[in-house]
Amino acid sequence: MLVLRSLIARLVTTAVTLFGVAVIVFVVIRVVPGNPIAMMLPPGATEADIERLKTLYGLDKSIAEQFAIWLAAVLHGDFGTSISTRQPVLSLVLNRLPATLELSILALLIAVALGLALAVLGTRFRDRKTEAGVDIVNGIGLSVPDFLWGLLLILLFGVLWPVFSISGRVSPRLELPFVSQFYLFESLLRLRFDLTRDLLGHMIMPALALALPLAAIIAQVLKQSLKETVNLDYAVLARTKGYKETRVILAEALPNAVLPTLTLVGVQFTFLIGGTVIIERLFSYEGLGNMAIDAVINRDLPLIQGIVILFAVIFTVVNLAVDMSYALLNPKLRHA
Amino acid sequence: MSAFLEIRRLSARLRGTPHRLLRSVDICVEAGAVRGLVGESGAGKSMIGKAVLGVLPKVVEVVEGAIVLDGDDLLAMPPAERRRLVGAKTAMIPQDPLTALNPSRRIGPQITDRLTDILGWTKARAATRAAEVLEEVRIPEPARVMRLYPHELSGGMRQRVLIAAAFAAEPKLIVADEPTTALDVTVQKQILRLISEMQARHGTALLFVTHDLGVVAKICDSLSVLYAGKVVEDTSVERFFAGPAHPYSAALLQATPRHTDPAGSLMPVSRAVLDSVTAEIAEADAGWVSHG
Repeated sequence: MLVLRSLIARLVTTAVTLFGVAVIVFVVIRVVPGNPIAMMLPPGATEADIERLKTLYGLDKSIAEQFAIWLAAVLHGDFGTSISTRQPVLSLVLNRLPATLELSILALLIAVALGLALAVLGTRFRDRKTEAGVDIVNGIGLSVPDFLWGLLLILLFGVLWPVFSISGRVSPRLELPFVSQFYLFESLLRLRFDLTRDLLGHMIMPALALALPLAAIIAQVLKQSLKETVNLDYAVLARTKGYKETRVILAEALPNAVLPTLTLVGVQFTFLIGGTVIIERLFSYEGLGNMAIDAVINRDLPLIQGIVILFAVIFTVVNLAVDMSYALLNPKLRHA
Repeated sequence: MSAFLEIRRLSARLRGTPHRLLRSVDICVEAGAVRGLVGESGAGKSMIGKAVLGVLPKVVEVVEGAIVLDGDDLLAMPPAERRRLVGAKTAMIPQDPLTALNPSRRIGPQITDRLTDILGWTKARAATRAAEVLEEVRIPEPARVMRLYPHELSGGMRQRVLIAAAFAAEPKLIVADEPTTALDVTVQKQILRLISEMQARHGTALLFVTHDLGVVAKICDSLSVLYAGKVVEDTSVERFFAGPAHPYSAALLQATPRHTDPAGSLMPVSRAVLDSVTAEIAEADAGWVSHG
């Protein structure tokens, strides 16, 4: 009963949030300079041509009217038609979503693995030179933004020592047997590890660029939390049982220290997804973020709206997932 | 009886300072006997327990002495070997049952982990043993309790679980660090009786850290009185309560509230006694040469 009530409350909050996002994006992209009509017409088009097109796309109506029309359509599952490609927004967006999801999740996995390793290392050798080393690595990870990491990685592993592909999602010469857009996932399912390799070769650098700042944040917060936890009574008791320090950190301290880190990872993961916009552009990766930039350049209003709403939905789902995993990991909440 | 634990001339100090926290401590625990370790807060009684178990805080540094457990000097052996030996032959009953159980692990594994991971028992045998000791400490439905998380048990129940965990591997020595201090007064008595009963049944040597002389009278065979990290008296319980030899011990005994005389019962340790014991410690320090 309580679960159902909190779920309903959650859904209401989500709906309000999405509505707010829709209003903001709708208004903002209509008040900033530049409009889609100007992008479509050749130079020398007359005022009459412009007016005719405006009427055609409904851009002559007031913003409130336009919003009402758009919202009514969206509620029926129709996100409109892209002005620049003349294709349905929904299918365009859903077609690109898997590429971005795969990239973000790969980046998240790298960030968690790296952050965890650094935090445990720093805790195991706390108050020694190793911890200072971990702190320095964290500091660098935190202060260099993702797009700079991207450029640096391209320089290192794309130019000076070219081991990874610097652009695209997959080598164009390859025959792709995939039925979905989840290439990486599907290549694993089909046991086509040759394709997995090629895909990872393309994804590893953008994923790393996105992951490094997040890894540093995870490492820093988790290490702090671990260092407090390893001095608690139950950790001391475990040492008296004869356990090694590493085991005390991993089995006793980590499950408890992870909880405060988890919320942070959720929030930071949404930033990471935001970061895909620039990183995908940098690596010409065919995802949502790259499409978003094209949409903005073309002033493709319906497409921008569709992408932003989809990003908002992803953020909401991520936050929900974090809250749920929190309850799953904390036995006290599980029974409440 | 032979000594199972013998602490010889153990000195410890705050790392990097000449300030001694333990001053040439000699303590001996006979096999199967109960040794009380009493003193006021900060006297270093818990620190001695931690030194034996090898869990001194990093800021504390042992500068001399030996901790001989069953014939082996713990301070002379490599850390890994020491850890295994301490894990196999000793156990600890901690002070605060609310913080001494890991909140994210079930009760069962917190009892069986030492048996399976350190002593190499099979899972089934360890689980049977855990149920056995839980029964022994009078936890109802041991099988069910083993599946619970710590927060689902009361403080008294949790201390019973910790006592069961301490006795599960049949250690030869248990260090009990003020095991009743954090508990309700009504529960304190039961827990104390339980520890005493378990100790007698299993023939375990017990190093019982407490500030409560009433507890010492009930449970201990002998006791060491500690002041500022120095053992000022080492005696049997009978002799101590008949009339302590050291003026500080006498003052401490007088300071213990008695139910028979509630009105004038709280007597602080007098200035003169404190001055004399402080002078004694200064003298001991003057004769001690730091090796650090």
